[in-house]
Amino acid sequence: MNHITIGEIVRGDREIFPPYLYEAYQSTRRRAPLLPLVDVPLTISELTGPGPIISAITPEDADLTRNAGTGGEAIGQRIIVTGRVLDEHGTPIPQTLVEVWQANAAGRYLHRQDQWPGPLDPHFLGMGRCLTNEAGVYRFLTIRPGAYPWKNHPNAWRPAHIHFSLLGPASISRLVTQMYFPGDPLHSLDPVMQSVPTATARQRLISSYDHTITEPEWALGYRWDIVVRGESSTPFETSVAGK
Amino acid sequence: MSTSYLLTPTQTVGPFYAPCLLREDARRNVLVQPETLGERIRITGHILEGGGLPATEVLVETWQANAQGRYNHVADQGPATLDPTFLGFGRTQTDDDGMYWFETIKPGAVPFNDKQMQAPHINLTIMARGLLNHLVTRLYFADESANSVDPVLQLVPEQRRMTLLAHPAATTEDTIPTYRFDIVLQGPDETVFFNF
Repeated sequence: MNHITIGEIVRGDREIFPPYLYEAYQSTRRRAPLLPLVDVPLTISELTGPGPIISAITPEDADLTRNAGTGGEAIGQRIIVTGRVLDEHGTPIPQTLVEVWQANAAGRYLHRQDQWPGPLDPHFLGMGRCLTNEAGVYRFLTIRPGAYPWKNHPNAWRPAHIHFSLLGPASISRLVTQMYFPGDPLHSLDPVMQSVPTATARQRLISSYDHTITEPEWALGYRWDIVVRGESSTPFETSVAGK
Repeated sequence: MSTSYLLTPTQTVGPFYAPCLLREDARRNVLVQPETLGERIRITGHILEGGGLPATEVLVETWQANAQGRYNHVADQGPATLDPTFLGFGRTQTDDDGMYWFETIKPGAVPFNDKQMQAPHINLTIMARGLLNHLVTRLYFADESANSVDPVLQLVPEQRRMTLLAHPAATTEDTIPTYRFDIVLQGPDETVFFNF
């Protein structure tokens, strides 16, 4: 990842959020906007949002080891992934829709475009969802995803991760991100993760092993808190390229 | 609680989100129900990446007020009437030609502050493989006179405002009024994207 161009155009705090253009991640080259973003104030359009859009969420939706509906159980290391959704003041945010998707234990997604020769697991769909409770807590039972190869550069492998999508209290809370696992040697080699500009911010994407979440004779526990802009947000200072 | 918590950084939605984010009860191409009040419209367009190529499998989310100009959300306590049959949220993806569509109603004007109104608009969020953070923009209606005094449009450099205008498209007699809104991620006619 030597001699890469890193763009100047960033939405949000540039100590935290990745730039749109990060050449080491090849797909950014044709998709990153190259003209400055336009700063706009927060209006009723940004301070409202769709909230939990799906009314029919069941407890089974949060159990990725069994929600394929085959009657069988997904193969892999069973894990519990849980944490709180907080605003920037540390206030828990209930009723946030958390949607997750991930590769199976072998690193294969159930998707027509993922065709590398990792085995599929007939008992694993790799998707789940839940709402945060009154304490802002979400919780999933799943299996630890495998790393998988991609064609971004020679011998490129994505570190094991779980994709997260959050629909919180307002449009300013919208977050799509990825959760990683602690101690993975692939972190430093991954341009997607390394696009986050500071070590402090990258650390926010890595879950912690938590033995108090681990359940005996059952599953290992990982904790990952997520912080999004809440309802009381005020516009932040921004510095857009060209200013 | 004076502590400030560091926001969680964004990461790309990647190429494999559709089975989860667009499962049957999560995809929202049609925002209206038969009882929903307002003028039915269809929004459609291409999403293009650099070089003018169609951008396929791009996730598009919309958020809009109802026909009276009221968002279906607790933070909107304005005088306009709530329409319980209209949430105002859409979610779809571009197809193999880079096209997307929604069927909705034309939103009403919403307040900017105590004195000013905003022209009718639809808020759009764009996510895709290759986008490390989502893009946000707005769709305005080219045939709407209120655009000339919209306070957000006034913040956009004049020569770029046209990238935010959806234009009425030719329709056959059985189809509802259609607005065309192309989104250019990168290039000379690049769509204006916002930071807030």
